Parts: sequence; C-alpha cells; structure tokens
Amino acid sequence: MDRKLLLEHIGVEGIHTHDVYRKNGGYNAVEKALKSMSPDDIVEEVKKSGLRGRGGAGFPTGMKWSFIAKPEGVPRHFLCNADESEPGTFKDRYLMEKIPHLLIEGMILSSYALGCNQSYIYIRGEYMYVLQILERAIAEAYANGWLGKNIKGSGFDLDLAVSTGAGAYICGEETALIESLEGKRGNPRIKPPFPAVKGLWDRPTVVNNVETIAAVVPIVNEGGDAYAQIGIGRSTGTKLISASGNVNKPGVYEITMGITVEEFIYSDKYLGGMKNGKKLKACVPGGSSVPILPHYLVCKTATGEDRLMTYESLADGGFATGSMLGSGGFIVYDEDQCIVRNTWNFSRFYHHESCGQCSPCREGTGWMEKVLHRLEYGHGKMEDIDLLWDIQRKIEGNTICPLGDAAAWPVAAAIRHFREEFEWHVKEPKLCMTKNYGLVTEKLFETVNA
Amino acid sequence: MSETNPKFTVTIDGQSVQVDPGTTILNAARMIGGDVVPPAMCYYSSLKGSGGKCRTCLVEVSKGSEKDPRPMPKLVASCSTPIMDGMEVKNKSSEKVNEARAGVVEMLLINHPLDCPVCDQAGECHLQDLAYEHGKSNTRYEFERRTFDKVDIGEYIKLHMTRCILCYRCVYTANQLTEQREHGVLKRGDAAEIGTFIEKNLKNDFIGNVIDVCPVGALTDKTFRFRSRVWYTKPMDANRDCKCCSGKAVVWMIGDEIARVTARKDQYGEVKEFICNECRFDKKEKSDWNIEGPRQIDRSSVISANHYEVDAPEHTPLLNKA
Repeated sequence: MDRKLLLEHIGVEGIHTHDVYRKNGGYNAVEKALKSMSPDDIVEEVKKSGLRGRGGAGFPTGMKWSFIAKPEGVPRHFLCNADESEPGTFKDRYLMEKIPHLLIEGMILSSYALGCNQSYIYIRGEYMYVLQILERAIAEAYANGWLGKNIKGSGFDLDLAVSTGAGAYICGEETALIESLEGKRGNPRIKPPFPAVKGLWDRPTVVNNVETIAAVVPIVNEGGDAYAQIGIGRSTGTKLISASGNVNKPGVYEITMGITVEEFIYSDKYLGGMKNGKKLKACVPGGSSVPILPHYLVCKTATGEDRLMTYESLADGGFATGSMLGSGGFIVYDEDQCIVRNTWNFSRFYHHESCGQCSPCREGTGWMEKVLHRLEYGHGKMEDIDLLWDIQRKIEGNTICPLGDAAAWPVAAAIRHFREEFEWHVKEPKLCMTKNYGLVTEKLFETVNA
Repeated sequence: MSETNPKFTVTIDGQSVQVDPGTTILNAARMIGGDVVPPAMCYYSSLKGSGGKCRTCLVEVSKGSEKDPRPMPKLVASCSTPIMDGMEVKNKSSEKVNEARAGVVEMLLINHPLDCPVCDQAGECHLQDLAYEHGKSNTRYEFERRTFDKVDIGEYIKLHMTRCILCYRCVYTANQLTEQREHGVLKRGDAAEIGTFIEKNLKNDFIGNVIDVCPVGALTDKTFRFRSRVWYTKPMDANRDCKCCSGKAVVWMIGDEIARVTARKDQYGEVKEFICNECRFDKKEKSDWNIEGPRQIDRSSVISANHYEVDAPEHTPLLNKA
C-alpha cells in the first residue's frame, strides 16, 4: 500500500545533481516518451492516471491539458507554478530543493505532451536559494542534452527558464502569475478568456503546480493505469503533505491517498502524535485557506466514518462539517492554541496579500482583520462575531479570483466551529489577554469530552 | 452582416433582447435600458480592459444557455461575462444580487471619506447614486479610514486618493489615450493607490479626460475646484474648432461665465468623444465657444432636477421622487 513515487530517492546522496539522478532512473521517462510515445499518448496516460492538480483546486490535470487551444502557427506555453506561498504549505520547496531534476523532467514531458517549446518555472521571490539550485540543475540538463534544440535526436526543442516573483501570494493565481511573468503588476485577469485560450502573451497556456508536474514522471514511467491503481476512488496516486504545528514530527511526507487522518497524525511513521502528549484541538488539513476542523471532525466525518486523506473524504460534509485537501498544508493545533488568534493571523495574511483590484476583497479583508484584531485583544463586542460572519459572506464568491474565498473560508469555519471561543474573548477579555491560548484549556475541552 | 450572423437571445429580468454573439450581459441590458441595467463603477465601454473590478454589476445567471441550461454557481460580473444564446439573467429580481450589491456598496464606502458636502463631484458622483439606491444610512465600520495626502498631478489636476475607489479607469485612460504609460497603481490591497511614477507630472494633451472618467471625486479639475456646486451651473452643449479633438463639449455656466468644460457624457456617464486639454482648461470665455443649447442630461441626477431643462427628462428626477 505504501508507495513513494516522488520522494523515492530523496535520501540518496547527491540526488540534486544530474549524474546521481540519472543513475537512479532519472530521465528514463523522457527517453521513453521521446522514443516511443506521441504527445497525445502522454495526455492520454495522464487522463487515465486520474491525476488531479496538486496546487489546491484539485482539477483533473488530463482534462486541463485537453482544453488547451491549438491554433495553427501560434506557439503555446507551459508554466510551472512554483509560487508556493500559502501559510502551512512547503512541499514544493522541499521537492525543488532536494530533487530539482524531477521537476525538470516533468517539465520536459508536459511540454512535449502539450507541444510547447518555451516553458517557464515561476518561482516565488523568497525562494532565492531554490532558484540557484534550479538554475544549476537546468544548466546540467542543457549540458546533458535534455533541454535545448533537438533533444536526444527526437526533433523536439524545449527551452526552459526560471523567473522569480517579487513576494506576492496573489501571483500563485494562474492569471496573476501570467501577468507577473509578462512583467506587469500581478493582478488576476478577468475570466473568460481562460489561459488555455489566451494566456501568456495571449497565447494558449497551461499552468500547473510543481507537484503535479513532478507526478507526470512516474505516470509516464509506469503508465497511467498503474498510477490510478494507487489511492482510492477519484483520489489517485500519492500526495505530498507538508505538516506543521504541535506534532512530534512535522515535515514533508509523501502519503498514499486514502490513509486515514488518524494514522497520519498518530502513527510513528508519519507525524508521531501530538507534541508533549497534549490533546488535539483543531486541524487545518490543506493550507491556510481551507476551513478549519474541530477535533471531533478531524479523524471522523460527521456521519461517523473514518476520515481519509483524500480529496473526497476531507471535503465530506461540505463546509458545514468538512474541509478540503487543498495544497496539503496540514496544520495541527493542540489544546493550548487560540483559534481567534489563529484566525486573526490568517486574516492578516490575506489582508496583506489582497491585490486590491476588486472591492469586496480589497476592503473586506482589511475589515475582517481589524475586527479580529479587536476581538483577540479584548476590545471585541458580541455583535462583532455576526459582523464577521456577514463580511465573509459578502466576500465569498463575489471576487475576481479565489483569494477572496480563501480569505473568507477560514473565518467562516472558525466561527462555525468555535463560536464559543469567540464569545469567550468578548466575555473575558482580561483572561484572554493574560493567557495567550484558547478556551479549550479553560473549559470547552472538558465539557465536550465529558 | 446581421443576416449572416445569428443573433443570441438573452432575457434579463424577464425582458428579452436579441444581441450579437460576444456582447456582454451589461451591454445587452443597456440595449433594453431602464431598470434592468446593472450599475457599473469601473466598466467603461471605450476603455479596453476596464471592468470586472468594482463588482457592483454582479448579476445572477439563472440559466446558462439553451444548450446548457444549468445556472452559474456564482454571481458573475455582467460587464465582463459574454452572453450565450438563451441565457436568462436576474438583476434586480434576484435577492442574492441585491444583497451582494449592498455588500459591495458597503465595502466601497468603508474607506470613502463621505465628504460630499465639500466634494466637487457631488451631484454627478456615481458612488452617490449607487449609495442612494443600494446603500444603508449607517455604517458598521468603526475603524480609522485610510487617508492620503492630496497630490497635484500636473498643472490642472488634483488627485485626492482618499476618495478613490480604485476602478482603474484613469489608468486605462492614460494608457490608451496617451502615448506613454503615465500613471498606474502602486502598492496593493487597501493600501493600493493611484500614482504617477515618482510624483511625475502628467503632461499630455488629453490627460484631462481622467477627470471625466473618474466615477468619484478623486480626480478633480483645478480650474473649477470649489468654485460652485455643479447643480448651480447650467450645462450647455457647445462646440468649437479644435485642432486636436472634435471640439464637442459641454460648458457649465454660472450666469454668463463658463465655469468649467467637460466632455459630453451619455446616460451611463461615459464619454464618447474625449476632448483635449486646451478645450477643457484654457477656453473659458464665452466667445471661445459656439453654444448650441441646453444639455439634456438623461440620468436621474440632481443636475436634471433643475429648471433649465428644455424637455421634461425621461425619468422622474430623483429629488421629486419622494
């Protein structure tokens, strides 16, 4: 059951260099694809594999690829979204840092499948040292004939370049990424037209997450059907989870889709349980923008079934009792963490990162942050909780890009599941100020477990 | 052309209209006219790329098209969503739309200074109209509003960023009407501001048009600032021979003096023919202009409520409504 597809050779000394990577089976997929597969064959394999976008939305990659417009004589572009900035998510960095050639191999395969001759990796500006690793790896790939003109005599040309952002979360949104790559202000574009029709320099473009692109390599190597065997239902393959918070072993794990959340948190193979033997209070399973789950909904769904690490199971119950797999930023909170403070912190992030283009997000994120700040610092009023609920409702779904939704969901979920804790902040402001933790240690945990 | 191109039928609030494929919902609604037209604060038909930002024109698509009758899951911006054949749209008849629009108006107003009593735009301000129709009389926002210093951008234009709702219209105007990119948006989120790069002056023959496209009082005409309330002035259609522009303008008169000159706006507040700076700022003598007659202002604004209308306005003036 336990397969490692992406991080299989992560422990090998020097895997970041071309020679070691090649010795461990690297670039075999490119050789295979260029020799014996047509571009459409690869798209077909990816469709069969059931691979879904690993950046957060979980859209089927094969389907996304088949949407790309192919007008005569217009070049197409393939972009890698390495602008990983979601609080709690750090899987792409790990992958690029440790095994950069895997991404490059995936880029070659994907570009070949889509018929792109110029591809870009857009990496966030804060990952400057990763940029150096990637550029070194790309230089090695050029030197060994994996990039450039007529790759390994196949007649396929590909140039690959890395471009950096300047520290904006919004540039992880695909159209904002394209704008930024074009050298403009990173504002999301209004859709339609979608990038598959009019993307980079108005040419058909596909943007994929680092992990998605890396996953194309094992799919080509082993075939789409074999990949689809791993996992459960429509959640196929393996997923990188970047776990953080109050657990014994935080870090990046490659899991097979379908293990239980309970196993992931408590087994020694993964997170090794809660730190210092404390109790689990809440969990954000997919990066800061997905709804938070209270402890009684983390391991079991509302219907009492085991919650699994899959797209479907984590979303079970909709937003009322579920969450999302998102980008795999798994944050675990123990009983000492304050949910109001945490929500404020997330809100502060979205306020800071809103691009300011459309009004509900520009004004609403700042408003929510200020109200949450007031609540956290003991100046809140009971009406503030309903006010927050109302603001998030007016942002959600009314914005150009999903950043508005991402800002609204954590606030909505926190109020939905931890309303008592918000009320406690209003009733006992002094206590909240002196004890920088949530209501759980005070009373909630005991009553729920009684 | 119209025979070869099939027309699409779209129904907005129960009224159907036939339009060319590719038309946006907003423009289809404008063809019907009247109450079904969603308000638009950032969309400007003559500016490429405008629209989609303010979110006041959100509408509900209750039927996607004849082929795919599923409703759209979210409210969509009518100014940037093209119609499909058989599409059914709900504007004012949708509770969801009214609520979202009220929310947008509230968001637009939380950082707006509401200094209408001293604002030159008052009376012809789109945000005023919008707030009158959809806003509430009280605010739930209890924090300090963002403020900026007033900036002179160029000889004739004052930028009062505090009032700005970041519709980006002036940015597009400057980009598209003039030869070089002269000003843009700096910073992001609610700290975003319109700025000329490093406080450069805007010097261009047509830059005065940014005043006309501004839906609020963020960009004002320094030759007219604080001279009069707009509803005390008399708008007259006028023209003159101009080397750079069409010379068709509206002169706003106080008695026999020309207080200010603007371009001619249509019923949605959009300028069709932009005028040059010379006409706008320098020609303030009655002898400069050939006056055609009183300007008919269609919008139900306070300006139309005045007595100098030759024909009765089409809509009941706002002030007489009560």
